[in-house]
Amino acid sequence: MSAEIGWSGLATSLVLVAVAIALSLWRRLDLERSIAWASARALVQLLAVGVALDLVLEPGRTLAWSWLWVVAMVVVAATVVHLRAREIPGLFPLALAAFGAATAISLLVLFGLGVFELDGRTLIPLAGLTIGNSMAATVLVARRVFEELRDKREEVEARLALGHTSTDAARPYLRSGLRTALIPQIETTKAVGLVMLPGAMTGLILAGVDPIDAVRVQAAVMFLVLGGVATATTVVGLGVSRRLFTPDHRLVRMERPAEG
Amino acid sequence: MPDDGVTVVVGPSGSGKSTLLRLCNRLEAPTSGTVRFHGDDIAGLEPLRLRRRVGMVFQRPATFGGTVGDNLRVAAPRLSDADALHALSRADLDGSFLDRPASELSGGEAQRVCLARTLLTEPEVLLMDEPTSSVDARSRRALEDMTLGLAHNGVRMVWVTHDLAQARRLADYLLVLAEGRVEYAGPPERAGDRLDER
Repeated sequence: MSAEIGWSGLATSLVLVAVAIALSLWRRLDLERSIAWASARALVQLLAVGVALDLVLEPGRTLAWSWLWVVAMVVVAATVVHLRAREIPGLFPLALAAFGAATAISLLVLFGLGVFELDGRTLIPLAGLTIGNSMAATVLVARRVFEELRDKREEVEARLALGHTSTDAARPYLRSGLRTALIPQIETTKAVGLVMLPGAMTGLILAGVDPIDAVRVQAAVMFLVLGGVATATTVVGLGVSRRLFTPDHRLVRMERPAEG
Repeated sequence: MPDDGVTVVVGPSGSGKSTLLRLCNRLEAPTSGTVRFHGDDIAGLEPLRLRRRVGMVFQRPATFGGTVGDNLRVAAPRLSDADALHALSRADLDGSFLDRPASELSGGEAQRVCLARTLLTEPEVLLMDEPTSSVDARSRRALEDMTLGLAHNGVRMVWVTHDLAQARRLADYLLVLAEGRVEYAGPPERAGDRLDER
């Protein structure tokens, strides 16, 4: 069986959106507009990406276009992270470096060691998975390290006053931030297959690929994501904690958000 | 400030007492002017070494996770048990404290652990930022007595307080601050009505 669906099939699937809207109306959730808007937006975005991918992946097209696509993903992801945690100074370049490093390491392993064959059809989705899955953890670690150092200022300064370097003084708080950001990813990795079939595998099985083949790809993808998240969070965590100290080992002033 | 004894800095809150203290170990950087230590501008000294020579005890005792012993080892990682006991005794704490979780100490005990921890870096100067403002009367007395003892043994003290009676008890030299300016600097007996409650 093939899971290819036509335009009419896609249109029919909108019935499920109608179900969500109906439930919202029935329980007076006042979410109908949001649901309609989100669905329409997702559809348009996906169609646009599909058209663009079609162009980039056309046979005979140089791989440079695919690399350009990867660079664009890194920049967009860094922008989103920066916008989601505006209170943190200098987050954009840090996120850029984090996604760049995570992508570079993952792709180097997957293509350099011959796990996947390098072409546009593998490059873009694998880079996308690395970056996309690292975004939430990156925002989390940036916020967490920032808040730890802001809220535990007295402890941090007590360490500095004992002659510790800013790196040493920040270490316990950086550690706690990194653990907070990584643990959900580890939990997801543990539960995979038990509760939900992850996206790549679902897609492959729907497209008619043998489940064992799909599992091999999915396992590689999970490890890719784990490595990517760990790399991206470490780069951002280290970067944020660096930015919050001066070169002469003083903790900079951090504003608290206004109450209310 | 003089080269020995206890210098007490008094003034209303917001007058810049804490800032003055934090300038002395470079937890703050001056926007203008210089801070000198033995004649050298401290901006030119290595900040980490300076902070071990100029120790600081904060207004609220900042203990770290783990036991009292772990806290002492933050200042001196290779501390032996014997040295840890000696450090505790310098802050008038007995050996039973060594294995106690730092989070279970009273305010006064925690502040004395902080003092013991700071003394492990063998500072030449101790900056005390209202160290008795969050401790009970007994610990306050103990901390004052320890301070006088340390000053007697050659550790210079700069003690910030808004408690004028305490200033009278401790000061060999007095600095009165108001709105970021020095109103008086000299021996406490010549401070006149500046040490009276206003």
